[in-house]
Amino acid sequence: MRSPKSPVLSINGLIKDVGPLSSLDGKMLRVVSGVSLIAERGEVTALLGANGAGKTTTLECAQGLQKRNGGSISLLGEDPAEAGAGLRARVGVMLQDGGLPPSARPLPLLRHIAGLYANPWPLEDLVGRLGIDTFSRTSVRRLSGGQKQRLALAAALIGRPEVLFLDEPSAGLDPQSRQLVFDLITELRDSGMGIILTTHLMDDAQRLADYVYIIDAGRNVAEGTVQELLQHRPVEDQDAEHVRTLVFEAPAGLDVAAVLPAGVEVSEARAGSYTVTGALTPHHLAALAQWWEAKGIMPASMSLQARSLEDVFLDISGKDIR
Amino acid sequence: MSAAALKEQQQPATLLRRVLLQGKYEALTMLRNGEQLILAVVLPLLALVGLTVTPFLDGMGSSRVNVAVPGILALCAMSTAFTGQGIATGFDRRYGVLRFLSTTPLGRGGLIAGKVLSVLAVLCLQVVVVGTVALALGWQPTAAGWLPGLGLLALGAAAFTSLGLLVAGTVRPEATLAITNLLWILLGAMGGIVIPAERLPAAAQAVIHFLPSGALGESMRAAFLGGAVNGGAALILLLWTVIAGAAAIRWFKWN
Repeated sequence: MRSPKSPVLSINGLIKDVGPLSSLDGKMLRVVSGVSLIAERGEVTALLGANGAGKTTTLECAQGLQKRNGGSISLLGEDPAEAGAGLRARVGVMLQDGGLPPSARPLPLLRHIAGLYANPWPLEDLVGRLGIDTFSRTSVRRLSGGQKQRLALAAALIGRPEVLFLDEPSAGLDPQSRQLVFDLITELRDSGMGIILTTHLMDDAQRLADYVYIIDAGRNVAEGTVQELLQHRPVEDQDAEHVRTLVFEAPAGLDVAAVLPAGVEVSEARAGSYTVTGALTPHHLAALAQWWEAKGIMPASMSLQARSLEDVFLDISGKDIR
Repeated sequence: MSAAALKEQQQPATLLRRVLLQGKYEALTMLRNGEQLILAVVLPLLALVGLTVTPFLDGMGSSRVNVAVPGILALCAMSTAFTGQGIATGFDRRYGVLRFLSTTPLGRGGLIAGKVLSVLAVLCLQVVVVGTVALALGWQPTAAGWLPGLGLLALGAAAFTSLGLLVAGTVRPEATLAITNLLWILLGAMGGIVIPAERLPAAAQAVIHFLPSGALGESMRAAFLGGAVNGGAALILLLWTVIAGAAAIRWFKWN
């Protein structure tokens, strides 16, 4: 684990059991078995993992919503399991399911929550920033997924927290809302807030996170900055640094491999959709292009990708569906 | 980023302010809900008028309305504290509202204190509305009955709030809805709350004395009809409050 600078949250060897479960003959199920992490002030720390990996449970133990069975947690220097109103005033939480009453209207609800703090974020400013003013009188149950998400974010921010927990913040957001929310998160980070978010979307982590913990089956499996993680590669594939993937669509049944120098993999996943993977060079691309020119083939689509966080994630946590 | 950045550490509002705010918010939510209003005000008023124009309660006291009103006030407490509050809490639990609010400075303790406060606030309004209509119908309460009567009503509300929280915190909200509504009808009709146990089947009477509905109905009538404190019934209410409260603390699931 990295060494702490000015951490807002540090978790050490967290253990959480749930149950007893009838599906396990009345035994307990260990959903978190030894997660450790550090989240710094002024950084976005992402917990990345598949559904059921233990991300939300880890967060809920840190928020004091669930009692842990082992390990230690320090949130702004206090144990969240014994937190009082003083600590809760400094921490903002956006839950995965929102946690907003369906019959409530956004503005009165936010005004109510603001009243629980001594120095809340000025309501009009926050409401304007998140575009809530356009639906401030519509009941929560009639809001779209993205509107609900923005309202839940406002509810988490109204107390001007030092630490912000976001559980799957981009769920249900349309591209515009997503941009709005991501810009705000980045701005809050730059102003010194410590932000901890969970996501199963690589793109979120890649765009937002300063530091990423990959969680799988209740454990840490990898961590680092996005750049560090992108350099991760399996031992058997040490020159993966230059690996690119080219995907193109063309008439079915072409013998693409015959045109390319050895050392790359070619597959035709479905008729007419070709994937070329390997240490591609301009030479490969030129060979392909000349061949297409000679045969009069114009690909219907074509894309070239470097290694993504998703590839890293799949390498590390396995490709099995859980 | 001027708005978010705070020079000093954020502080919670005072405990009193947090609880008062939550109480006000929940009371207004309850009063804005049409179904809750029917349960809290309309049905008790219909029962009051019904018992005043029919001979059910004849011979039990100085007038029909005098016998009916204490039981109707008890029914109001059951409506608001048990059924109304139970259903609201059950759905708040489903939608994660309880979990979210317990991460704010309000916390779990403040949340429950706010609920109790909102029940008491709505109950006060019910007493005013029912009392006004009852006075118009010729109600003549014993002056000495007000103090013990309102005290017992608050104790009854505490017992029913504990029971409502116990149900809401342990079963699905749909089940809470069904259980609390069904019990409201059963206890309202046959639990000794508006119709005194003496007018119900002999076999049921022994049980009714030990029900929170029976104990509250009987002690309210003793207070407002004769200015008396029914110590036994008050003790039963207290026991229900303590036992249901302890059970709710033990088994209430926040998520």
